[in-house]
Amino acid sequence: MNMNEAGSSLGAPSRIAGAEPKLLRAGFIPLVDASVLIAAAEFGFAPREGLTLDLVKDVSWANVRDRLAFRQFDIAHMLSPMPVAAQLGLGSNPSPTITPFSLGRGGNAITLSTRLFERMQQVGGIAETATALENAQALAAVIAVMKEQGEPLPTFGMTYPFSSHNYEFRYWLAAGGIHPDRDVKLVVVPPPMTSDALAAGAIDGFCVGAPWNMVASERGVGRIVAAKQDIWPSAPEKVVGMRPDWAENHPETVARLITALDAAARWCDNPDNRDALAEALADQRFLAAPVHIIRQVLAGEFSLDAKGNRRVIPNYFQFHEAHANYPKPGHALWIYSQMIRWGQAEWSEAGMAAAAGAYRPDLYRAALGTGPAADDLSTEGADVSDAFMDGHVFDPSALSAYVEGFSVRTKSGLPTPPDEA
Amino acid sequence: MPAPDLTILVIDENAIRASIIEEGLREAGYNHVTVVQEVNGIARIIETAKPDVIVIDIENPNRDMMEHLFQLTRTVSRPIAMFVDRSDTALIEAAMEAGVSAYVVDGLKKERVKAILDMAVHRFNAFSRLQRELAEAKSALEERKIIERAKGILMKMRGLSEEEAFALLRQTAMNEKKKMSDIAQSVVTAAGLLM
Repeated sequence: MNMNEAGSSLGAPSRIAGAEPKLLRAGFIPLVDASVLIAAAEFGFAPREGLTLDLVKDVSWANVRDRLAFRQFDIAHMLSPMPVAAQLGLGSNPSPTITPFSLGRGGNAITLSTRLFERMQQVGGIAETATALENAQALAAVIAVMKEQGEPLPTFGMTYPFSSHNYEFRYWLAAGGIHPDRDVKLVVVPPPMTSDALAAGAIDGFCVGAPWNMVASERGVGRIVAAKQDIWPSAPEKVVGMRPDWAENHPETVARLITALDAAARWCDNPDNRDALAEALADQRFLAAPVHIIRQVLAGEFSLDAKGNRRVIPNYFQFHEAHANYPKPGHALWIYSQMIRWGQAEWSEAGMAAAAGAYRPDLYRAALGTGPAADDLSTEGADVSDAFMDGHVFDPSALSAYVEGFSVRTKSGLPTPPDEA
Repeated sequence: MPAPDLTILVIDENAIRASIIEEGLREAGYNHVTVVQEVNGIARIIETAKPDVIVIDIENPNRDMMEHLFQLTRTVSRPIAMFVDRSDTALIEAAMEAGVSAYVVDGLKKERVKAILDMAVHRFNAFSRLQRELAEAKSALEERKIIERAKGILMKMRGLSEEEAFALLRQTAMNEKKKMSDIAQSVVTAAGLLM
């Protein structure tokens, strides 16, 4: 009934030619890899392109997907496999989704409980400085002992069935000789709950994005055993998703958005801006997490555990460098290869086209007039700087053979999870 | 027409809202309703109850966990889709707006599901209204309390009568285009600093 309350004051709208929208509702999950979207909104890059980004925090990837599908969001922070799954018709609400822009690389890590890690040291005899592969092999040795003694097998958390975390965790386990569907149990745990779930013993490890690995290691409940860079440095992490019809109807807006995000990504990569970025991310509206942890995470300064073991990963976050934002169809096909490897999808010619079509370099190039020199379907992992942890090389044109080449995989459609604890 | 043979699982962390929905479904003749607040062990519950329709609040971060369950063919033998009639955008929008999401097994007739969803949306909205009213009543009470205190301070410090003190607060609020409770709060804060 109060008529004298001040209404919220929206800035004077600036005009874009025609009827194109200038206020974009963007859904996001509070994670460090939402940096580029947040920076675009907070540090003037979107307004410079005549756009206002209305960032809406959400609690689950399923919500982000549905709110984009049902038009409550115009664009969304998404896991890199989500548009691929959507275009393949996978999941419980597949709705056409594409991405013209990747939000960068890096940020993920695998953390195991300190108890499990100590056992790996005892059984596997690994050093504090063990590599990601050595850690996986030590875990395999522990699991062999567990099976021998009839102990319950470890339960590991990841974030979503169609997530980089799911495929990276599986890749790491399998590289060590562990079958992710038979030797362990994979469950979904919302990222903010991972550290507590580990402390409570509900899970024995997890693969999530920043800052949650660091949060668990700082608390002394977890030990970081592998970073995304160890598994495959070039793997795309999050992307900006949108409906293809929306992109088609608003080409000018899409181009302006990409231009704004490109400038924001460049800004995020500059070390001089990392303090300002950390401050912004720490805000209640965004991550609501301690600023000192975010600063460390951005710098790639890792506390592996609470005992002071540290590791610095150069480019732990790459927001712009080395074409980090280019939506490379070959990467979408790698994701498809992992979906096939773990029985989420079957190979087909139509599937190849659908998966590759989820990533839209044409929109990226139209906006920025540039892109990497390498072919969109070039071989991945052949270069030392870009190697997969198990030495496999991915040739998108021989996808089936690539999947067949893995000794650890799940035959189509029938994952057999171990019994519930 | 209600279809009492449908099995419905309601997942809601909010116990009060869950019971409001459960009551609504039972009143409508659905006898096979299971309500859970905790998602721990949900896979087993789904296996045992074999629900035709799962209603879940969308603020529940464990939705991603449900998505994972539906990927495991052993847990859910029949394919599950969100909502059932994607052409019914009005219903979907109303559901998203109200904060309800629903998973429905494949092959169910949409008319049979619509009644359940309408009910859930209606009850979710009723619950939100209730909560809003409660919050408003609470803040109205707080406002009245602060105005009483400000009045008392003005009466004591400026020797005004109760009516005069109230009139002064109201006039000041009108002059400054602020809420009376805001002015009262300023008076209380200032008095705390000065005394």
